[in-house]
Amino acid sequence: MSKSVGKSVVRVDAYEKATGRAKYMDDLCGREALVAKICHSTIAHGFVKSIDTAEAENIPGVVRVLTCFDVPDLPFPTAGHPWSTDPGHQDVADRLLLNRHVRYYGDDVAVVIAENEVAAAQAVRALKVEYEELPFVLDVQKAMEPDAPQIHDEFPGNVLKHTDIRKGNYEEARKEPGLIKVEGWYDTPTVQHCHIENHGCFAYMEAGRVVVVSSTQIPHIVRRVVGQALGLPWGKVRIIKPYIGGGFGNKQDALYEPLCAWCSTQVGGRLVKLECAREETFVSNRVRHAIRTHIISYVRPDGTLVARKFEAFSNQGAYASHGHGVVAKGMGAFPQLYPCDNLECDCWTVFTNRPAAGAMRGYGIPQAMFAGESHIDDICKAIGMAPLEFRRKNLMPVGYVDGFSKNELYTDTFNQCLEKGMAAIDYQRKVVEYQNQTGPIRKGIGLAMFWYNTAVWPISLESSSCRMVLNQDGSLQFQTGETEIGQGCDTAYSQMVADAVGIPVEDVHVVSSQDTDVTPFGTGAYASRQTYVGSFAIQQTATALRERILNIAHEQTRMPVSNLDLVDGQIVRKTDGRVLKSLGDLATECLYSLEHSQHITAETTAQIKTNAYSFGCSFAEVEVDIPMCKVKLLNIINVHDCGRLINPALAEAQVHGGMSMAIGYGLSEELKFDEKTGKPLNNNLLDYKLSTFMDHPTLQAEFVENAEPTSPFGTKALGEPPACSPAPAIRNAILNATGVAIDCCPITPHVLYRKFKEAGLIAD
Amino acid sequence: MEKHVMQYQTVHFNLNGKDVERTVDVRASLTDMLRNDFRMTSVKKGCEVGECGACNVLIDGEAFNSCIYLAVWAEGKRIRTLEGLLGPNGELSDIQQAFVDEAAIQCGFCTPGFILTAVEILESGKEYTDAELRKLLSGHLCRCTGYENILRAVKKTMYKRLGKPMPEQ
Repeated sequence: MSKSVGKSVVRVDAYEKATGRAKYMDDLCGREALVAKICHSTIAHGFVKSIDTAEAENIPGVVRVLTCFDVPDLPFPTAGHPWSTDPGHQDVADRLLLNRHVRYYGDDVAVVIAENEVAAAQAVRALKVEYEELPFVLDVQKAMEPDAPQIHDEFPGNVLKHTDIRKGNYEEARKEPGLIKVEGWYDTPTVQHCHIENHGCFAYMEAGRVVVVSSTQIPHIVRRVVGQALGLPWGKVRIIKPYIGGGFGNKQDALYEPLCAWCSTQVGGRLVKLECAREETFVSNRVRHAIRTHIISYVRPDGTLVARKFEAFSNQGAYASHGHGVVAKGMGAFPQLYPCDNLECDCWTVFTNRPAAGAMRGYGIPQAMFAGESHIDDICKAIGMAPLEFRRKNLMPVGYVDGFSKNELYTDTFNQCLEKGMAAIDYQRKVVEYQNQTGPIRKGIGLAMFWYNTAVWPISLESSSCRMVLNQDGSLQFQTGETEIGQGCDTAYSQMVADAVGIPVEDVHVVSSQDTDVTPFGTGAYASRQTYVGSFAIQQTATALRERILNIAHEQTRMPVSNLDLVDGQIVRKTDGRVLKSLGDLATECLYSLEHSQHITAETTAQIKTNAYSFGCSFAEVEVDIPMCKVKLLNIINVHDCGRLINPALAEAQVHGGMSMAIGYGLSEELKFDEKTGKPLNNNLLDYKLSTFMDHPTLQAEFVENAEPTSPFGTKALGEPPACSPAPAIRNAILNATGVAIDCCPITPHVLYRKFKEAGLIAD
Repeated sequence: MEKHVMQYQTVHFNLNGKDVERTVDVRASLTDMLRNDFRMTSVKKGCEVGECGACNVLIDGEAFNSCIYLAVWAEGKRIRTLEGLLGPNGELSDIQQAFVDEAAIQCGFCTPGFILTAVEILESGKEYTDAELRKLLSGHLCRCTGYENILRAVKKTMYKRLGKPMPEQ
């Protein structure tokens, strides 16, 4: 009876967005708002000794200047994780609204509230901040050295956390005679999400409560964090999330909602707006963890993996935010993608004086795949085996079950994805064609796999709630705590609701905005969980709503419930298929019944205790100009198995965006810092090189649809997976073209110059 | 009083076909004026220094980043925003419809700016190659779409307006 799921239904918000009518945070803010602007530290590490506010306070239009000496002493966590009632599993509470101990260049030390933006900006410049400077450290491994500057007192040696995985006996196994040792170090950069709408929010007080309208992915979590940071009961906080201009994980943290809310409480509950400038977004929001990975593999000449060592050093930056979860997720993929009997895996998350790293599309997997998939090609080079053959021999086999998550590889999806990608890019022919090249310009082809775990169970809570309210005309409103951030979940949900309830998709009205006062609880958009976890709540709530509807239909038609069905908005008698009445007639009669009027609703919470592997691969073809140290990406293809496609056109579009982001990750994007001061050097969209319209060829997205058996709609993760494997595929294509194994991304001309010189391909 | 005289100026211009005037702070950008004084929500702020293209408007037919164009420079100009493309009954223009049909919209924040540059391209009446279209559209950043479907939408509309079939890839 599926009618809508599987079709490329037009986005439910397409018209609003195509006309500019869709309302984002700033579109909703009253023009009477006071403007808050933050004064950021101009040192990478130290203490604020004093702040002279006199001159700032005298600037006309300045209402209030608040400093790190004024804030409540309530350290709070910011990560957009579900709260844990177990203190041992709660996020690290390591920052205040404004900080005296500043830990990165760009930390928040004071805030000015003024009648207009100009006065606020002038006042920020007029603040005189006196610091006691301390030594700082930017490199992850230098931060682990014994004499490194200490960033948080509670974390000696700057290690936020270390975890490991042990299997078999690595030390013994590697002694086997005849093994080939392959060792590599792989560096990934600090990058930023670069959603086009910066984070911003506005706050005001109403009826003794604080209301924050924010560009966030996680309204219910932000509510809790604002409560914690301000010392307010959580019920005194209301968060509203309108349309947002992208998130990609940056807005999966409480960013400036707590500070903005506090500002409002300090000016009598007046409306205060706090908007980040692009330069602030780069530095004072969140970034992706730069991770340095060390891999050693002992391999038999036939390509059998005998023993493997994995070490990852994750640069957390100044505050814990999402912390260790990111590198731990990356490490978790290592033993699973290419199972091996003897393993020693360790990962460390380490504080440094860089901007705080948080969630970013892929959550540790893009870093792990860059290192892991680069290393696989390094093994292939060392043992003289074809990259495709090696992967086919060693990849996670069908029937593999992860002991912890109970995730299972049900189908031969890896090989299906590989086949599809190979056919699309004409892989085998090009591998032959690109053998034995000489000369300055060479072409190459490479591939990389990925594995991505949908949602966060069993690490933390997975639940989703939803509410459906039937209208008199048989249409319904649908609400969930899971958020539309551009990815299209409102549309996918509408399709699922239509099919699960039995009404046309046009009759589903999704309430796009979340308001913690009225929206059912949900933890929001992250972990590529929306379509997966949302599908459980939708199925369950639709079942409850249908039951109510059919019971009312029984009352109204005298037919037994067992002989009734709701199909395409009509109450149908099953035995002969006769339409007895429309759902609209049923709802109207029910609502206005003089006997027992009732509005027809259903609301349930689904707790999800399963999740699912999402799989795929990338193929890239490059042309390398060796003397110029330049790479031209000629072709790129992603193949995904994200289960059954709910909306093929939106799925394809989602893959395009992830690929574009990953091409930037592979070739051009890096947030750079001055080694002498810790100051960010390129925190703007001109100097930070994200992919533009000119920077990639046609992006090709292909799908293998193996329905995920744990999901009511056969679906699983697609939000983050597209960003996981393109960068290593490009890296491996460069290896194929030149024989040079690059050890880091982004693979800029500077990197190629260093590596080509080492390899003797170019002279000085 | 003197300060007031120096700081504010009245600007007269045509906005989406209608003559308007406003007294604005001489330091205000065109983005500020269109958003704050005219509530043109299609004019987005993404960087406010002319890097991202989200605030793009057409000034006498030419695409400009309104964030680095002073409001007072609008004097005597003909300014079009995305709001001006809509038909009297809320009908989408062909290029807006193409963005909808080609799934070229995700978060929607870069969309208005892109569509207005597309209008400038389409109104030239010229036939451009893919490479030329990419270059013409490269003043806009998008982090959601990988630009792929935006290219399709613009190209499709270009061929439709030229009355030619769209060539195969």
